[in-house]
Amino acid sequence: MSDSSQGTGGLSIDASKRQWPNELNVFGALILIVIIFEILGAIFMGQSLLFDSKGRFDSIFNEARLRIIIIQVAIIGILALGVTQVIITAGIDLSSGSVVGATAMIAMSFAQVGEVNGGINPKAIFGPSFLDLPVVIPIIVGLCVGLAAGAINGLLVAYSRIPPFIATLGMMLFARGVAQWWSKGNPVSFPTEAYAKIGAGMMPVIIFLSLAVLFHFIMNYTVYGKHTYAIGSNEAAARMSGINVPRHLMLVYMIAGMLAGLAAVILTSKNLTAQSGMGLSYELEAIAMAVIGGVSLFGGRGSIIGTVIGALIIGVITSGFTFLRLGAYYQEMVLGCIIVGAVALDQLQQKRAASRS
Amino acid sequence: MSDIILETKGLTKHYGGVQALNDANFVLRKGEHVAIMGDNGAGKSTFVRQITGVETRTRGTVIFQGNEVNFAGPLDAREAGIETVFQTLALADDLNVPDNLFLGREITKFNFLGPFRILNYKAMREATLAGLEKTGVKIPTIKNTIANMSGGQRQCVAIARTATFASKLTIMDEPTAALGVQETAQVENIVRTLKEQGESLILVSHNMRQVFDLVDRIVVFRRGRMVADLKVGETDGQDVVAYITGAKTGAQFEGAA
Repeated sequence: MSDSSQGTGGLSIDASKRQWPNELNVFGALILIVIIFEILGAIFMGQSLLFDSKGRFDSIFNEARLRIIIIQVAIIGILALGVTQVIITAGIDLSSGSVVGATAMIAMSFAQVGEVNGGINPKAIFGPSFLDLPVVIPIIVGLCVGLAAGAINGLLVAYSRIPPFIATLGMMLFARGVAQWWSKGNPVSFPTEAYAKIGAGMMPVIIFLSLAVLFHFIMNYTVYGKHTYAIGSNEAAARMSGINVPRHLMLVYMIAGMLAGLAAVILTSKNLTAQSGMGLSYELEAIAMAVIGGVSLFGGRGSIIGTVIGALIIGVITSGFTFLRLGAYYQEMVLGCIIVGAVALDQLQQKRAASRS
Repeated sequence: MSDIILETKGLTKHYGGVQALNDANFVLRKGEHVAIMGDNGAGKSTFVRQITGVETRTRGTVIFQGNEVNFAGPLDAREAGIETVFQTLALADDLNVPDNLFLGREITKFNFLGPFRILNYKAMREATLAGLEKTGVKIPTIKNTIANMSGGQRQCVAIARTATFASKLTIMDEPTAALGVQETAQVENIVRTLKEQGESLILVSHNMRQVFDLVDRIVVFRRGRMVADLKVGETDGQDVVAYITGAKTGAQFEGAA
């Protein structure tokens, strides 16, 4: 039997029911937003946002701005990759920003140099034996702290009846408290040279895009991905099919936590310092990226590609407003509208799809 | 006897003080289609849940293919070859047909990768098409997600699991309760196809016409007890209703209710 089979009992093929990939809509939105900024740029600034307007011959793009757009979303984008998976299971992770804060402080404490300007490091958290450690140690510490936070989230969500919103809200407050308690509010600074290289230059972007490719593959071609979608789509069915739902949820939250830990390492390396306020409201921006990218908060739908495009949309809007020399408040108003609009459009589409069948 | 596929002896289930199922002695032979009828709360679904491992029985034994079995869960039963189409369809709306058929028992490659082992989409698609063909289920395109399908198509997908996994016993819990006339007809056709192929079937149904059309034997439950075991050729609708409502009780079950 092939796709062209004719059904009995009133069942027949209907070409209009073929599914249009949602990522194309999101990509269309990205293009539309770029076009709007290009037009506004041409009218008000006499320049182009993304394209070269200096008449150079070697490139048609304005690479400097492209680079800024993607660098500024790369770190939160890494969080968004984990948050996307959590939301696909019909959960939510409000803790990722605070986990970045806590992990930043802890990981950075293991990445400090012993000597600053000929004297002892004034910001040292631990004694001399914990200074000048090899770079793998702060990385492992960072990943483990993120993993632990994710594991606690996962335990609460999977094995107790605490809703994900509450469990991760608790973790959000707790982790922020840890970040402030760790050094009594003082920044942790002066990392080793090797540590400073992790997030230097385009490294955040390279790491973000590599992870996006990896998780795109995992979500689409592995049992893990299939079960993640199944749980978000119909948890009872997943359980009846023999999927160990609690264990799987644990894994999803642990991966999200580990990605937050990694983001913290990259962020502190890039900024050469860790502060207790780091990652503030990152969780909301990560959720926004996923939602704009078409990930449904009801679970079961969405993709890594969508989230990456969602991240780019946020990047373009942020850069676009700076480019038009408009205040940040306008930017936030527009972002707010876009998030609500994206979900409204998605709902409309779902309703239309349902009425067709 | 070797042609008995499923036998229960003294199967009993209590929910606290409620005796939902009492002393059910049931026999199903290979290739036989048996209907289970009874009023709401008569113990039909409870009976099915004990066989399929969804619940743990209070007392009694279940013998499947000559061996006593104690399923820890529905997956255990499924692996042994008992495929169940549940009243609430156990389908994930956002997945397509092969994904749903193989949910929880995917065909995979590189199994050393644990939870990240790779799905073998090609093998699953081929097995799905073969299973659909065997049951005569027609679906426009198996790449469609369940969300885009009608109730009848969904039910067909649920039933098609049976054929895909070469099960030894299929249990359907009111498969047509929520379907329209045409869709019901299609599901009934699939049941007939299963009969021709010698699949054993337990059908839980309220629909008298359907039961008389499709099965060989009717077992009636009333207030948690089996009260009748009737060959379709030797009974009629009124007779069955009499057993269901309690106006009559089968000779061999005298004293039970």
